[in-house]
Amino acid sequence: MDNRMAVYGRLTGYLKPYWKELLIGYGAMLAVTLFNLYVPQIIKDAIDEGLRAGEARALFIAGGIILVLALIRGVAGFAQRFYGQWLTHRFSYDIRNEFYQHMQSLPFSFHDQSQTGDLMSRVTSDISETERFIGIGLMDLVSALLLLVGVIVVMLLESMQLALIALLPIPILVVATIRFGNTVRPRFKEIQEQMGQLSNAMQESLTGIRVVKAFAQEPYELEKFDEQNEAWFEQRYNLIQIWANNWPFFTFLLAISIFLLLWFGAPMALRGELTVGTLFAMISYVLMLNGPVQRLGFLVNLAATAGASATRAFEIIDTPDTIPEKPNALVLDAVRGDVVFEDVTFGYADERPILEDVSFHATPDQTTALIGPTGSGKSTLVNLIPRFYDVNAGRVLIDGHDVRDVTKASLRDHIGMVLQDSFLFSSTIAENIAYGTPEASREEIEEAARAARAHEFIMSFPEGYDTRVGERGVTLSGGQKQRIAIARALLTDPEILILDDSLSNVDTETEHLIQQALAVLMEGRTTFIIAQRLVTLKNADHILVLDDGHIVERGTHEELLAQGGLYKEIYDLQLKDQEEFMELQEKLTTAGD
Amino acid sequence: MTRANGHNKREKKESLSPEEKRRREREAKIQDLLPDEDEALGKAYDSRLFRRLMHYNEPYKQKLIAAIILMAISSLLGVSIPWIIRRVIDFGVSGQEADQIQIWTLSLLETFFGSTDQMAILRFWTIVLILAAAGEWLTNRARISLMAFVGTRIVADIRSQLFRHLHTLTLNFYNNYSVGRLMSRLISDVGVLQDFITWSLTGLARATFTLLGIVVAMLAMNWRLTLVTFALLPIMVFIANYWASHVREAYRATRQRHSLMNGYLNESITGIRVTKSFTREQRNFNHFRDLNGSYFDANVDASRLAAIFFPGVDFMGSLATALVVGVGGWLVLGESLTAGTLIAFVLYVDRFFEPIRELAQRYNTFQATMASSERIFRLLDTDPDMSDPPDARDLPSVEGRVDFNHVYFSYKDDEPVLQDIDLHVLPGERVALVGETGAGKSTMIRLIARFFDIDRGQLLIDGYDVDEVTRRSLRRQLGIVLQDTFLFSGTIRDNIRYGRLDATEEEIIATAKAVGAHEFIMRAPEGYDTDAGENGVNLSVGQRQMISFARALLADPRILILDEATSSVDTATEKHIQKALDRLMEGRTSFVIAHRLSTIVSADKIVVMDQGRIVEMGTHEELLTEGGRYYDLYTMQWAEAPESEAGVPEAEQATSFSSN
Repeated sequence: MDNRMAVYGRLTGYLKPYWKELLIGYGAMLAVTLFNLYVPQIIKDAIDEGLRAGEARALFIAGGIILVLALIRGVAGFAQRFYGQWLTHRFSYDIRNEFYQHMQSLPFSFHDQSQTGDLMSRVTSDISETERFIGIGLMDLVSALLLLVGVIVVMLLESMQLALIALLPIPILVVATIRFGNTVRPRFKEIQEQMGQLSNAMQESLTGIRVVKAFAQEPYELEKFDEQNEAWFEQRYNLIQIWANNWPFFTFLLAISIFLLLWFGAPMALRGELTVGTLFAMISYVLMLNGPVQRLGFLVNLAATAGASATRAFEIIDTPDTIPEKPNALVLDAVRGDVVFEDVTFGYADERPILEDVSFHATPDQTTALIGPTGSGKSTLVNLIPRFYDVNAGRVLIDGHDVRDVTKASLRDHIGMVLQDSFLFSSTIAENIAYGTPEASREEIEEAARAARAHEFIMSFPEGYDTRVGERGVTLSGGQKQRIAIARALLTDPEILILDDSLSNVDTETEHLIQQALAVLMEGRTTFIIAQRLVTLKNADHILVLDDGHIVERGTHEELLAQGGLYKEIYDLQLKDQEEFMELQEKLTTAGD
Repeated sequence: MTRANGHNKREKKESLSPEEKRRREREAKIQDLLPDEDEALGKAYDSRLFRRLMHYNEPYKQKLIAAIILMAISSLLGVSIPWIIRRVIDFGVSGQEADQIQIWTLSLLETFFGSTDQMAILRFWTIVLILAAAGEWLTNRARISLMAFVGTRIVADIRSQLFRHLHTLTLNFYNNYSVGRLMSRLISDVGVLQDFITWSLTGLARATFTLLGIVVAMLAMNWRLTLVTFALLPIMVFIANYWASHVREAYRATRQRHSLMNGYLNESITGIRVTKSFTREQRNFNHFRDLNGSYFDANVDASRLAAIFFPGVDFMGSLATALVVGVGGWLVLGESLTAGTLIAFVLYVDRFFEPIRELAQRYNTFQATMASSERIFRLLDTDPDMSDPPDARDLPSVEGRVDFNHVYFSYKDDEPVLQDIDLHVLPGERVALVGETGAGKSTMIRLIARFFDIDRGQLLIDGYDVDEVTRRSLRRQLGIVLQDTFLFSGTIRDNIRYGRLDATEEEIIATAKAVGAHEFIMRAPEGYDTDAGENGVNLSVGQRQMISFARALLADPRILILDEATSSVDTATEKHIQKALDRLMEGRTSFVIAHRLSTIVSADKIVVMDQGRIVEMGTHEELLTEGGRYYDLYTMQWAEAPESEAGVPEAEQATSFSSN
């Protein structure tokens, strides 16, 4: 409970800077409520004094007062709604910014374990659930409560006895609406989940349509769909049934209230204990309750969901950065590119270490190739250099500085990375290449693209470098993306270069082009390359063979072959094609003779 | 847009505030990012679409009619309540002069209760009131329940129709239409229809009935006061119109900015590793803040409109009340206004503008509905895959002979994709298709499965023309393994079983063993019950390939069609895959779009394709000696690795090699 209250406290804290808007909005809300309470009084007087006595003037005056007040209420109503909404949107603007900034600051280890869909749902649906409550919702809640209390007070003042009778159904109504909300909400969630399952089923079937058609399994897919679609139908139908059982009943409860008013009040009026105007005012007040009471049920629920949703959003915002910068961190200016690993051990908490006791030294202008089976720790190793993760033991040194002693930004500015999946952003090709160096000139961008063997295909697009990438632009092939990623790394001119050489879905010619681009890229830098191909390995100055988190062999290609260990084994497996080629070469030579 | 203009005017006089300047800059930037073509706006009402939409009501006609009748009754009862209150007050309390209804009431009371005093009248009408309210409650309840069935059913029907239709469409269609877009048809557009059918339609009908009832009741009570209320209608219509025309633009602006912002957010999350590598965090945040800010501005604009409109409608209600009370003053002079009538009028005018308010509020939904239904219907009108000819026979069990007799094919009329393909394959032969991307290899194998109709020539399987057999019977005898090994969510077992749904557990395991997948499956946490995960993310690329091989093998096809994957896999896995492939092709006619040298070398027939034609055909050795296209491809692809040791560029390498 305390925790929950803390969440609401924290949420309202977001409104603090906007106390002016808050003041205007709530002030206006108060004015509107008072107006609503006052109008029946005017009409009551008009009926009792004007109508009874046949005095036209009293009615004119009453009409005039209503008109003037209505104008004031109009302005107040505008202010109430506008600032209520304004606060709603301002809150979500602020919290989204906060969320985004924090999300970006969280380390790789966080992103490894979180899913895009989950983060997105926290920043979209959770925040919008929260925003609706914190601005306009909260104001509505206060206004509904105010009106409820106001009506009750005014009615009691009007006629204590009659009010007590007429208000009998109101507690039932309040309880019923809240209970209604409580039954409906979980079902809403269920329907949403069912809808999620239904869309998963549809999406899968459509994504795999080639497989579906290849195996002629359309009937099976339709059967799966029908099952989900019908389940959705049942759930939604049942939900609206609950609606049907409750909603009209709420209206009926108010009718009972009016019935009680007339049943007991009208005879009183007949006996002259009550004026007709009072009777009217009482009826008006009861009818006035309709909206707020029904909203109350909705708002109480909204408040509950907002609390839960806000908690989910705050979870991310409160996730600590596990690789913080030291307060007196150095700014790494010029770097030669000397990389040293000293007995480095790394692993996630309570799991087997991914890297254990790794030590090596890479000097500038040297290419270090990493090879080993999947899961041997190659990617993890290179990710320690830009400090995407922190070591558990040992040190990673750049030019003699522990990476934990320098600022992350200055460290990463000296490191260029081409990752296995060359992620491009949906902006123009030029912007993608200049991703790391936004101030680069068009000439520099083109130069980098030429070096990465990308210029030619870029120019083949009608809009050249201004071609948009992604859904609203061109679809690039894997090889094209990779070359843009290489150009991107090249443009930052890093002293230390990290490459993941696993090329997938690339055709022959492209592979060759990429090979050339990589060769250019590596010149004069400290290069780390996760190698898949022999040519890279042969060109490397230094090969580290990893197995299960350990460096099991190291040396040049020839040295390692001679050792006859894991490297030799991998080499033999890969060699098959090339051996065949050698044989063939001989055959051809003889055939040619 | 109007808002922006308003700003311009104001800004000419005063110098720009820094805040406003920021806002302008932001907007200028956002304008470039917004989609070029406007989102189809559509009309709020299109009779053609509306009629077609209404057609879905057909199966539920009776329920719908019942619902409309119930709605009419409940609206009437709802309207009657102020009227009854008036009678209680005028005849029960005030003892007004009797009118016709009063005379009937009195005689009724006389006959049944033998009492006609004011108390009896009062009690009588009070009871009528609660009965009317109870009637309203029950009819509403029945009506909502009926509409819940009809509305939800229709939405389920439309979705089902659409989904079924999608399964009849050609693969060509899927090449041009992303799954994301299809999903947005199936989810968002159908969702819009759902809102429309369940809420807007009934809400509107109810509002109309109520409006009619109120007008009749008011006219019957006092026509002069009614006219006073009517006088406000034009103003109300004007306000509603203004709202409708502006709110459309405002909401569209928020929607566009919302999706822009979310798109960027999504990208920022998926691309976080790149962002961090290039230390772009601050810049990205600035961009996000701009998108966020623009969305905020658009929301504020929309809120301003709503904040004018709704209090505006409320004001109209108060204005009507003021007029009724004020004009009531005139009528009092003529002594033609009773307290009951005044009260009933005040209660009525409160609800009088409700329908118009409702219409204005629903305007957006209407428009969205028309746009959505237009998109849905367009999709439904897409021609389905060529259907089986009426006299199609089932293809009997075949041996696997495949003949392409001078086949021509094009996707679009004037762009031939395949030309004069003449290829004859004996049962059990292995054919490797080689050529560059776009040479027509994939199209060729798709024609065998009859994913497309050929333009000219003949395609025979065991002498049967594929055009004359049912597609289902044809595809059942084909095993197709595609490059992207798509796995369905569910267990590994389910995924293998997909090849043949009635396969037994033993058969599944035997198949997995045959392709060499059994071993790693048993190592998985739950063996064959292990979840293959969303699109098989829990499995490595190689493992997924092996499962798709097992799936194809289980179907035990006579003809095997393989699009070999090029994704790089572990060397050890590579070995396994090689073995599995050999096992898979054993004794079957196979067509392979080959990327692995070993696959090509071991083929009985290598077919080299270029620009939609077969340019060379023969065995590996024959083709190499020929020294043509295959030779070029071959040297480029596989010759490079061992020779480039000294960093010799590839072209030189090839020459040095040939000069040997």
